[in-house]
Amino acid sequence: MAVTDQASRPSQRPAAERSSPAPPRRKRQLTIRRGLGVLAFLAPALVFVVIFTYYPLVRGSEMAFKQWNLYDLRNTPFVGLANFKTLLANPTFYTVLLHSVVWVVGSIVPQLLIGFGLALLLRRHFRFRGIYQALVFFPWAVSGFLIGILFRWMFNGEFGVFNDLLRKAGLIDTNIAWLADPTLAMFSVIVANVWYGVTFFTIMILAALQSVPDETLEAAALDGANKVQTLFHIMIPFIRTTLLLTVLLRVIWVFNFPEIIYGMTGGGPAEQTHIVTSWMINFTQAGDYGLASALGLIVVAVLVLFTTFYLLALRDRDA
Amino acid sequence: MIDKTTVPGRVVRVALLALWMVITLFPLYWIVVTSFKEPGAIAAFPLRYLPHPWSLENYASLFSKSDFGVYLSNSLLVSLSAAAVGTLISLLSAYVLARFEFRGKGPLLLAFLVTQMIPAFIALGPLYLLMVNLQLVDRKGGLVLLYIAMCIPFCTIMLRGFFENVPDALEEAAMVDGCSRLTALFRVIVPVMTPGIMAAFIFNFVNCWNELFLSVTLMNSDSNKTIPTALNGFISSFNIEWGPMAAASVLTIVPTMVMFALASRWIVQGLTSGAVKG
Repeated sequence: MAVTDQASRPSQRPAAERSSPAPPRRKRQLTIRRGLGVLAFLAPALVFVVIFTYYPLVRGSEMAFKQWNLYDLRNTPFVGLANFKTLLANPTFYTVLLHSVVWVVGSIVPQLLIGFGLALLLRRHFRFRGIYQALVFFPWAVSGFLIGILFRWMFNGEFGVFNDLLRKAGLIDTNIAWLADPTLAMFSVIVANVWYGVTFFTIMILAALQSVPDETLEAAALDGANKVQTLFHIMIPFIRTTLLLTVLLRVIWVFNFPEIIYGMTGGGPAEQTHIVTSWMINFTQAGDYGLASALGLIVVAVLVLFTTFYLLALRDRDA
Repeated sequence: MIDKTTVPGRVVRVALLALWMVITLFPLYWIVVTSFKEPGAIAAFPLRYLPHPWSLENYASLFSKSDFGVYLSNSLLVSLSAAAVGTLISLLSAYVLARFEFRGKGPLLLAFLVTQMIPAFIALGPLYLLMVNLQLVDRKGGLVLLYIAMCIPFCTIMLRGFFENVPDALEEAAMVDGCSRLTALFRVIVPVMTPGIMAAFIFNFVNCWNELFLSVTLMNSDSNKTIPTALNGFISSFNIEWGPMAAASVLTIVPTMVMFALASRWIVQGLTSGAVKG
């Protein structure tokens, strides 16, 4: 089901832990009695996840190979790869795939840079830091859909506040129809996504930076390293694992994040802001879960391929 | 980098922090201002950066023309109960995953992680049918069950990180003193982990509160709708009434904001330590 609303943040260990492993925690070996205990503790979680996540997931994957329409449930024959063929024969498929790449790269690069900068600024304690963080992390508590609506209102060509501000600043004379022009519309949805996603990078990088030992930084300062050198030769290598994993997760997650687009442009104008997953909504709304599931499986395949190459490329560079 | 110790460094630092704060808060500010404008003043020129006069009409029409109060209480009920049960169940599984070695533990963690990466729509159709079979379509209880399942994987991973920060010795001592494992967990460890548990709970609450596609698919009668479904109803018609929409947005954001404000220290602390330890 993977309704990854806010963030997916799986395990990762700071570089510190890997370079100097602590003695392994003593884990109890299992006896049968303990095994039953473990099972009892895990059972509720397993029951929920199996029934409401994995079972629908498996059935959904099965639907990809069937003609399966919500409004024609009596007639759901197995059709092999027909759904996939339909998708691959549709030129829009390639357009939305390309848009997905633009959406992911255009969102992640600014998010990473701003998030990193903000994390550096927040690294040391200052007065009101707690309040500052609470305020600045707030976009994270708002749903993507609602963010889409907020920005749709602000980017409105007639009475949107962005046009008004730009006019007041003397930068434009006539209003810009942000969401009516394909290129500008893509730019606008990306702006909304950057605004939303910076927080996640800030939190992750801030957490990682706090694991850099002060002694290391002091030693670098004693050796005469300036701020830039410290950043690139000490801090970034130290938190490299966190950085790379965060980027990987975010790529996967932003790829699968249609809510902002759904709320802001609905994929328009003329499907020019659709990414793969927002396009998929059209199929589910038409009840065609066969096509939607086939598209979903293609998404999974693309992401698995990407992850594999990403991790392989990293390993090569390490070797 | 900006040197904190020199005066220009401090100025740049404060300026950058202030700039980002303005960028972050402006959309919120704008929607709040819009929600308090008179309906006629919303699209009037020149744009006003403060409502003049202040008006509660948008809020009034939200409650008179739609059952927004019902949606609000539905959302609160569903999100609070799902987040509470989800956190409790995750607490148990996270505890076991942090404290024991057993075969299948790696794959289990992986299975939890994978749920975070698969597009929601693959499961939407089968989930709908499943809920039809269980006779849980358009029932708040059904949505709660789905949301619990949605909370568990990530919440388990997050809480497991917190457990690893708590020494084993704590509950071992309690068990030597005669507590069972379950009592030791709730009497000794849970109090120590309160910040992490609160962070997890609020995280779950926010996720459930904001969830859109499941609720739109499953909840169709007016008395059972939650807020995201109602908002979705606002935009699916071609003409958006921006006044009530802005008021609805504000009311939607307020509960999560209040939660954040009450627990911001725990959240940031909890999430950062959880994220690192994972």
